Amino acid sequence: MEAITSIWFILALCFELIATAGFIVFIVTQKKWVFRVSYWLLVVGFGFHTIFLGFRYYSLGVAPVLDLKSALSFFSWSIIGVYLVIQARFKLRVLGSFVAPLAAFFMTISSAVPGTQAPVKPIFKSLWLTLHVGTVFVGNALLAISCLAAIMYLIQERQIKRKRFGTFYGRLPSLATLDNINYYAILYGFPFLTLGMIVGSIYAHFALGIYWQWDPKEVWSLICWLFYAALIHERLVVGWQGRKAAIMSIVCFSLLIFTFLGVSLLMGGYHSFGNMGGR
Amino acid sequence: MPKIINIGMNHETAPVALRECLAVESRNVQKALGLMRSLDVVREGFFLSTCNRVEALIVAQEAREAKRAVVSLLSKIGNIPVDDFSSCLYTYENMDAVTHIFSVASSLDSMVIGEPQILGQIKEAYLQSTREKMSGVILNRLMHKAFHVAKRVRSETDICGAAVSISYAAVELARKIFHALEGKKVLLIGAGEMAELAARHLLTNGVSSMTVVNRTFERAVEVAEHFRASPVSFDEIEDQLLKADIVVSSTAASECIITRAMVKKVLRKRRNRPLFLIDIAVPRDVQPEVNKLNNVYLYDIDDLKGVIEINKAQRQEAAVKAQRIVQEEVVKFEKWLKTLAVVPTIISLRNKAETIIQAEFGKSRSALDQLAPPQRQAIEVLIRSIVEKVLNDPILFLKGKAGRSTLNDYLDTTRKLFSLDEGDESSRTKTVTSNKPC
Repeated sequence: MEAITSIWFILALCFELIATAGFIVFIVTQKKWVFRVSYWLLVVGFGFHTIFLGFRYYSLGVAPVLDLKSALSFFSWSIIGVYLVIQARFKLRVLGSFVAPLAAFFMTISSAVPGTQAPVKPIFKSLWLTLHVGTVFVGNALLAISCLAAIMYLIQERQIKRKRFGTFYGRLPSLATLDNINYYAILYGFPFLTLGMIVGSIYAHFALGIYWQWDPKEVWSLICWLFYAALIHERLVVGWQGRKAAIMSIVCFSLLIFTFLGVSLLMGGYHSFGNMGGR
Repeated sequence: MPKIINIGMNHETAPVALRECLAVESRNVQKALGLMRSLDVVREGFFLSTCNRVEALIVAQEAREAKRAVVSLLSKIGNIPVDDFSSCLYTYENMDAVTHIFSVASSLDSMVIGEPQILGQIKEAYLQSTREKMSGVILNRLMHKAFHVAKRVRSETDICGAAVSISYAAVELARKIFHALEGKKVLLIGAGEMAELAARHLLTNGVSSMTVVNRTFERAVEVAEHFRASPVSFDEIEDQLLKADIVVSSTAASECIITRAMVKKVLRKRRNRPLFLIDIAVPRDVQPEVNKLNNVYLYDIDDLKGVIEINKAQRQEAAVKAQRIVQEEVVKFEKWLKTLAVVPTIISLRNKAETIIQAEFGKSRSALDQLAPPQRQAIEVLIRSIVEKVLNDPILFLKGKAGRSTLNDYLDTTRKLFSLDEGDESSRTKTVTSNKPC
């Protein structure tokens, strides 16, 4: 079983890496067929990735996120999944050249990190956990894309402000488009994040008998949530847009990444990977 | 072997006063083609006349005579003595002429490289040439290839990519900021040729409404009428800044009309909606510090010129690539042109065979008349297909030798083998100019 799943993992990794290379070639050469090839490579990679996760889910009985290796691969998968949906909606070719490298980056780290073979504790074998993880990761992926759009916005805005047009000027879309993607990605990502946290706390109530116990991950998640809430508030009420909103969404996402990786690795608590497999 | 000759003048070689004499009237083209037809030396002709160039493209057997005839034709059209303009003319022959016309069609020879109008003008001129029955085998092929080259250049290079005029550059920038101009509002402050041009381009590119402000209200009303815009008085600028997305300013005022404080105040009320200010005035109308505000983009005339310079350089770069495409196509055309040398011999060969068939049929008429019509027809088909098969290999062989240095020897041998140069058939080489493709 392990051998089969690892084959799917390697296939997914390879396809995603080749697709990334293709997307980079695309942004340099601007040839449409390069984009099309890269896009379909990514779709195939995503397919393999899904099969891999399906096998893992089947063999573990729970969403495969209990160690760093699995969590990163799952994150990478959700980013690609969300990207494919957004691509269908916005049809913005250049987005892939930013998303694919990020997804491939997480996937590559995932492939380099050793996985744990410890059996899954029965407490994790719950649909609630899968739901919690699923919603949180979709939210995270959307917020990752909002962060990428923000980076693209800042690059483009800088060129227009400074009146010096570099290679990116022609390749990036208009400021309005980038701001829109940033906005909508947060607007849809935030409810997922919220829902994920609520589901998590319900699950905690079932599993641990308590909704909220000031675990470091919980605290940091709350901080992230407040930051994003503030950003959305500013956008909707004060009318923030453009540069400020872009910077803020990058800050928010950095916090989110810290919560996702930093807290789990450094700070302990029942969310940490060490505690999930170990005991 | 017919020669392709191109005689003309363009914006670089001739002053505008001279070009005017020849170019202004579109009737001139018809007149020129009519005169060309009356010249015996000219077999095929094409005449192009735009505000930047006058070109005559002809196919002739005798190059020197034809050139002289065309130059005197130009002098007749423009009503100027030859000596007054002969120094402004350029003359290209054969492949140089082909290269030139391909470059012109691809807009590589234009004043603004990559401008799209020239191709349409050439198409129109070619249409007139066909209408006047002045285009034959060579010109037909040449012009169609020129259109093909222009299309390739446009799709394979960035030659008509970025804007090279102030007003287009402004529209392009607006697109990079707002994505679509539909539903956006323009505020035009002051008036001036360039500002109005920019405003017009914005309107044709989808901007939904426009407001005109001027120090004198009457002038505002006047300008507004032009654009179906609404005029407002000068004191309302701040109010209007609240509504506008794009501001085009070009007043004669000596100090700034729009200050940083003013925009900053408005910005909060606008809920940070982006604002694009185009300041065409000298001295400037908008304080340069305005550009430092978030979501506000200010471009003055020098900035726009800077953008254009970059774009022009880009087009120059693309032009190098385009020249390579032109060269490629010239080589292909040359190859085709060389196959033309074979055509007269092939035609005489076919004619000879046809004469023989007719003669032999005549001899056997009495015998054949006794057969039923279907049988007679069958015999005719049989004979023709035998002749066709026999001639097929020599013809293919000759076509294969087209463009080789030994071609003339082979043509000579063929003519001797089949004794093609005896009798009436040899004088029929003039049929080459018919429209039949080979």
